[in-house]
Amino acid sequence: MSTTPSFLTEEMRQQAIGTVSEPRTLDVEKGAIIKFAEAIGDENPVYNDEAAARASQYGGLIAPPTFLRSAVAARPDLPFDVPFDRVLDGGSDWEYFEPVRPGDRITAVSRIEDITERNGRIGLMLIQTIVITYSNQFDQVVATQTNTSIRY
Amino acid sequence: MTAQIVWDDVDEGTEIPAVVRHPSSQQLVKYAGASGDYYQIHYDKDFAQSTGLEDIILHGALKNAFLGSLVTDWMGPRGNLRKLSCQYRGMDIPGRPITAKGVVTGKYEDDGEYLVDCEIWLENEEGQRTTPGRATVSLPKS
Repeated sequence: MSTTPSFLTEEMRQQAIGTVSEPRTLDVEKGAIIKFAEAIGDENPVYNDEAAARASQYGGLIAPPTFLRSAVAARPDLPFDVPFDRVLDGGSDWEYFEPVRPGDRITAVSRIEDITERNGRIGLMLIQTIVITYSNQFDQVVATQTNTSIRY
Repeated sequence: MTAQIVWDDVDEGTEIPAVVRHPSSQQLVKYAGASGDYYQIHYDKDFAQSTGLEDIILHGALKNAFLGSLVTDWMGPRGNLRKLSCQYRGMDIPGRPITAKGVVTGKYEDDGEYLVDCEIWLENEEGQRTTPGRATVSLPKS
């Protein structure tokens, strides 16, 4: 498979899978939603116009789909040291269940779903798949986000 | 706001109207503040170059947000976003326009919901898809 020596053993992989982070909470403020929508250049009134949002299917302001990034979920600590200090964000895969509203208290917990090793152009890489679960104060899962990160 | 798009009128191959974005360094600073992502490669050119980049680059998550807006604008006020994904394949630099595009790849009914799958992407001036992704939305039937 490779010309570079391997790092990750199956035992390490099994040890890592399922590791969870400490929870992080975010109190969702109306002003933060409006600022976020402005920063991404999205003028949809459900993010910034209370009257229009009340007349919408949501009955009030909601947060844009990627707003939950601002909850800045903690990363699970790997149960071993990794000899790579560079990280690339490979992508994001969101699934949405409930709207996020001003006044919500969101709790984000991330869990290592998988970790694999690959040899690429940049040498040996660890590809880590993390699932972040965002829940609100009613214990409803509002969204999940599967993130792929590449350490090399 | 445009008229509500409905499931009956959408087919495989239906295009999502393209949206051209002109991200500036100021927008990256605003996004850093709004999202809490203060990694310096997004606003400090010296720092970005010290890590081997040619310039500051857009936050991946901002590009994710551009694709979100593409889809939520298209689905209209009665649509609902169910899934949104993207992969960061290439870097984008402020000052260079990027275009968000999409096309419907399938439609189906599931548990009383009328769903549409789309392929979506951001394209740079050279036509390279720096940020390909997918989305699923539910639409009113008619």
